Amino acid sequence: MPHDHPSHSHEGMSPSGHPYRADNDTALTYWQRMEIAVRELLVEKGAVTPEEVARQIDTMDARSPANGAAVVARAWVDPDFKARLLQDASAASREMGFDIGPLRLIAVENTESVHNLIVCTLCSCYPRNLLGLPPDWYKTRAYRSRAVIEPRAVLREFGVELPDHVQVRVHDSTADMRYVVLPARPAGTEGLDEAELAALVTRDSMIGTGLPRTP
Amino acid sequence: MTERVRVKTMMPPGHVRTPAYLRGKVGVIERELGGFSNPEQLAYGLPAEERPLYRVRFTMEEVWGAAAETPTDTVDAEIFGHWLERL
Repeated sequence: MPHDHPSHSHEGMSPSGHPYRADNDTALTYWQRMEIAVRELLVEKGAVTPEEVARQIDTMDARSPANGAAVVARAWVDPDFKARLLQDASAASREMGFDIGPLRLIAVENTESVHNLIVCTLCSCYPRNLLGLPPDWYKTRAYRSRAVIEPRAVLREFGVELPDHVQVRVHDSTADMRYVVLPARPAGTEGLDEAELAALVTRDSMIGTGLPRTP
Repeated sequence: MTERVRVKTMMPPGHVRTPAYLRGKVGVIERELGGFSNPEQLAYGLPAEERPLYRVRFTMEEVWGAAAETPTDTVDAEIFGHWLERL
């Protein structure tokens, strides 16, 4: 009998004999209360409306790694665009029609001899206005500290094993710029069009913790 | 010509965008980024003057010494000019 646990009673268990999971609610933190207070004051004083706040959240949620993947795929097929991207990644992203607001973006290129990795050791700076919200691990102290101390060990845990002749360049987003990795185009993709190439570009490959998929 | 700089070792209180692990370390200017409002004032809603911002490249050997995972790997960070002394 799979659910016969003679060592303890079923009291407080679900009908199938498993413990109920605790609610995922905790008390508000100081800063959550602060955010609510400031937001309510701004609404009361007519500076913003709740609809505008909701619309901004929708706008941010609509941004996704697919935007960055489109930029990367364009750079893979268009050498002039790639040159403009490496010169000014904000302008190149806007050229493709992405609304990235005031984002100051730098693209760093992976080559046969260089692998780039993005981190923000101080907080969680991320090119949100192009790629959307960062993955949870990007904001952890473990990633933020280990990415600058032992980037190759971190990369191995993500499944990226780099040969010794490849230099790792870590980019710590400490101030006003944000970074996106331009991964190297995978071998065997000569026949693919731009949309098919974009489907190979993962979020992690634009952070540097991954490589693009291969077809 | 590469321009070598050392990050100042000062430890002022408050909101500072210069990571502690780079203070006192020597790197080279990778590129100049132009002027940006000083976050040390901006964070407190104070009038913030524009300060030049640089991307500085450090070797892992410089940052971590003998403990470096791979000495020739590098870390780049954005450091404001008032945190740098030219060598």
